[in-house]
Amino acid sequence: MTDKARFLWHTLTNGILKENPILRLMIGLCPTLAVSTSLTDAFGMGVATACVLVGSNLTVSLLRAFIPSGVRIPIFIVVVSTFVTCIDYLMQAYLPALHQSLGIFVPLIVVNCVILGRAEAFAYRNGPFLAVLDGLGMGLGFILAISLLGGIREIIGNGTILGWSVAITGVDPVLLMILPPGAFLALGFLMAALNAITKKREGAHS
Amino acid sequence: MTPSLVAILFSAMIANNVLLIRFLGLCPFFGVSRRVDTAFSMGMAVLFVMTMATSASWLIYYYLLAPMGLEFLRTVVFILVIAALVQMVEMFLKKVFPALYQAFGVYLPLITTNCAILGTAFLAINNHYDFLQAIVFTVGVSLGFVLALVMFAGMRQRLEYAPIPEAFKGYPLAFILAGLMSLSFMGFAGMFGLH
Repeated sequence: MTDKARFLWHTLTNGILKENPILRLMIGLCPTLAVSTSLTDAFGMGVATACVLVGSNLTVSLLRAFIPSGVRIPIFIVVVSTFVTCIDYLMQAYLPALHQSLGIFVPLIVVNCVILGRAEAFAYRNGPFLAVLDGLGMGLGFILAISLLGGIREIIGNGTILGWSVAITGVDPVLLMILPPGAFLALGFLMAALNAITKKREGAHS
Repeated sequence: MTPSLVAILFSAMIANNVLLIRFLGLCPFFGVSRRVDTAFSMGMAVLFVMTMATSASWLIYYYLLAPMGLEFLRTVVFILVIAALVQMVEMFLKKVFPALYQAFGVYLPLITTNCAILGTAFLAINNHYDFLQAIVFTVGVSLGFVLALVMFAGMRQRLEYAPIPEAFKGYPLAFILAGLMSLSFMGFAGMFGLH
């Protein structure tokens, strides 16, 4: 791989593993915990957020020469909320059931710190191509983490995955996992597991 | 049936606690909950801003956006109103009540991106509350915020001295703690005849 290709690859994968917004940076927690009751909802939320992220990164990056740094935050907010409004109405028109179950968290994508954070930290300083790449990487990282949590909660809490039954006969699903406390518990144990794995790996290296 | 004001207040405060049941405003919940006194200042700042923000957005929605058929602009308008409001409150406090400004400190600007504020403004509109109900609802939500945040901070302060397995240190245990609190708050569901 040439240096340039490696650099582009790094920009794309940065958000998926090294700086995963949810599991590493602990941002964008509210929608993650709230809508991860099933894999479908979680994936839908992830895709909606990723679309807004790519769109806002591209727009901010294209306009960065015209945005005065003193008022950049309000301008970012207007850009982001425009995309959120589009997604909100598109989902209402074409995916009404998903829109219904995500509820208030669709318009609240606007205050997801991941999006404003990437506009400020990356898109405002880089060209449109890199900004889109970064948006894709961060978006994928978000989709992966939220879907992982959604999948775990759906399997344990409801005994299904994407609506298909996977329950073991004789074992009742733990309803608690799809209720609000289950979200905190699932993410807590998931992060503890990740910590343990990372520690072990570091131990093996040194 | 219109729910009574008392029911709205307590349902918003406990059974539908904004942090533990609705999952709004979690960043400050995990970010500033290491000490009880900072948690309390943050809670007070939220109470203050949230009440103003919901009143402002309620009035704008029903007297400006709805008559002109511009409901689709609400996301853009609400977030800008809240951002502007926080700026104004900050300048006003700095000038008129410097002591209070010192107490709120860095928490005021942070509140702009607190999804609990925007979320409450949306919920008040979505639930079709009238103005008085919206205010009572907001006060309930923010009291619930203070209650959960201060209790959580108290427990985390205690945990600092507890022997914890290495992998659970920091955030993982905080999440599990929040899960247990959420469980106990859920026990109040249905008590006030509201969901």
